[in-house]
Amino acid sequence: MSVKILNPGILSLLQDAGRFGQHQIGLTNGGPMDPLAFHWANRLCENNDAADVYSNATTIEVSIGGFKMQAECTTRVAVTGGEMPLTINGEEAERWQTHTLNSGDTLELGYSQNGCRAYIAVSGGFQVAPSFGSSATVVRESLGGLNGQALKAGDIIPCAEDSSTQCWSVPADERPQYSSEVTLRVIPGYQQDTFNAVQQRLFFHNTFEVSDRCDRMGYRLTGPQVKSDIEGILSEGICLGAIQVPADGQPIVLMNDRQTIGGYPKLGSVLSLDLAKLAQLMPGGKVNFTAINIHDAHNALHLAHSRFTRAQLNTETV
Amino acid sequence: MSSSTSTKTSTPMNICVAGESSLIIYFGNETSPEISAQVQQTAQRLPELMGESLVDLVPSYASLLVLFNPLLTDELHVRQAIAKATQSIASAEQSEGHLVELPVYYSEESGPDLTALAERAQMSVEDVIKLHMSTEYRVYAIGFAPGFAYLGQVDERIAAPRLSTPRQKVPKGAVAIADRQTAIYPAVSPGGWNLIGLCPTPMFDPDAEPTMPVSVGDRVRFKSISREEFLSLGGELPDQPSTSQEAKS
Repeated sequence: MSVKILNPGILSLLQDAGRFGQHQIGLTNGGPMDPLAFHWANRLCENNDAADVYSNATTIEVSIGGFKMQAECTTRVAVTGGEMPLTINGEEAERWQTHTLNSGDTLELGYSQNGCRAYIAVSGGFQVAPSFGSSATVVRESLGGLNGQALKAGDIIPCAEDSSTQCWSVPADERPQYSSEVTLRVIPGYQQDTFNAVQQRLFFHNTFEVSDRCDRMGYRLTGPQVKSDIEGILSEGICLGAIQVPADGQPIVLMNDRQTIGGYPKLGSVLSLDLAKLAQLMPGGKVNFTAINIHDAHNALHLAHSRFTRAQLNTETV
Repeated sequence: MSSSTSTKTSTPMNICVAGESSLIIYFGNETSPEISAQVQQTAQRLPELMGESLVDLVPSYASLLVLFNPLLTDELHVRQAIAKATQSIASAEQSEGHLVELPVYYSEESGPDLTALAERAQMSVEDVIKLHMSTEYRVYAIGFAPGFAYLGQVDERIAAPRLSTPRQKVPKGAVAIADRQTAIYPAVSPGGWNLIGLCPTPMFDPDAEPTMPVSVGDRVRFKSISREEFLSLGGELPDQPSTSQEAKS
């Protein structure tokens, strides 16, 4: 009862919802770069219980594409996220929808045409022993997944047998649209006062570009130089989405695998809902910033939560 | 990772927004055992006050990052919990933490920057080692990598800036100095600190209980050991062909 990785593509990682409560020993969160797509993939496989639409089941996060796996048992599978052409046994298949896989079936994801991260969920989730309470793979820490490493050809990942043929799809209205230009809402904070009015205007009224140096740790952006009055601070805790600005004036948005403490001045943090959009950008993608306060941020989070909770899946007949 | 360049003098406690689900408490802007103890005490009190709504805490030199679940609480309630947690902190007795003794094999073989550091400090290698061992350090923060503990403060006479070109590969167990901080690299990693010795005690072991020999607020003393003792305690010397792995990172 398993699937076998035939080709991991550029970067494929086992991810559950992330590793929490371990910052005091220096462990980062890991987890899905696009949580909305992750949670939809799990819902399509009925991995959540009736009372809670969120699931912590382990998925595969495929970055950029080029992935291929083979089922070694009967199960159901769903693929969500970035637009990587999905084929099952060589035939085109719908993303954002449940499919049944029989033993021997192959599932392939081509290279993304839009968006950068896709999620593959199976019934019951991939069965991986958690470390520090989570299966999230953080390669830098050698933790999670299979021995803390990215998936490679020949890996066998246990999963549960599931002969149900009940299939679902995510309504079109609920599927995120990925684009190559995003506006990210920022909650100003941390050392924002060390960026004077001119520097803040430069930051909020210009378009930045995602550089080649973008990964699960941080997205380095290029654009006009933004200067803080100070070069460094006494090292302090860094939250998800924090925007740090080193002396070269080029902002770095810190992502799921960021280090937990650091000493660069920070302007504030990107709203998590929007961080997922940044995570779907490839190098060259365009980024704009707009400021919101923490209360508006909480409203946005509650609305997104409420929308996801109330959304209903469509029944698909097979 | 860098020292403070702020011009502000010591300030009273200050709470700032960090992100949608985090507030950061600043207890000051300098490295001192007193401020560190305040950070530590607050970190110990918040879990009970915040219950389920607390997601994680990141204590550091003079600040505490409080991460909460914004679907279970809001900024106002977290500020109230912080106010309660810090209420009587000034009068509270300092928590002393555990005293942990860590063995170090100091030598040119295990600490390739030892000689340069001694030259810079205009003293003998023996005196550098003596000064490094003479201080009882405090664990100010853990971060950068799993199990990487920032210890302070190193005697001013042997403080040294980071290397201008960081090493691609610092060995596991390397004991190092950067400015007035000292640390032990818990695993092979890139790094720019000055290497003065090797410690055979694992600083991070996912399968051990506890995972780390120290936590924030603990005190650390270093003890010099010989090459033989180092090896018999399970220490491994780097650059032996049998243990070398790919150097790219």
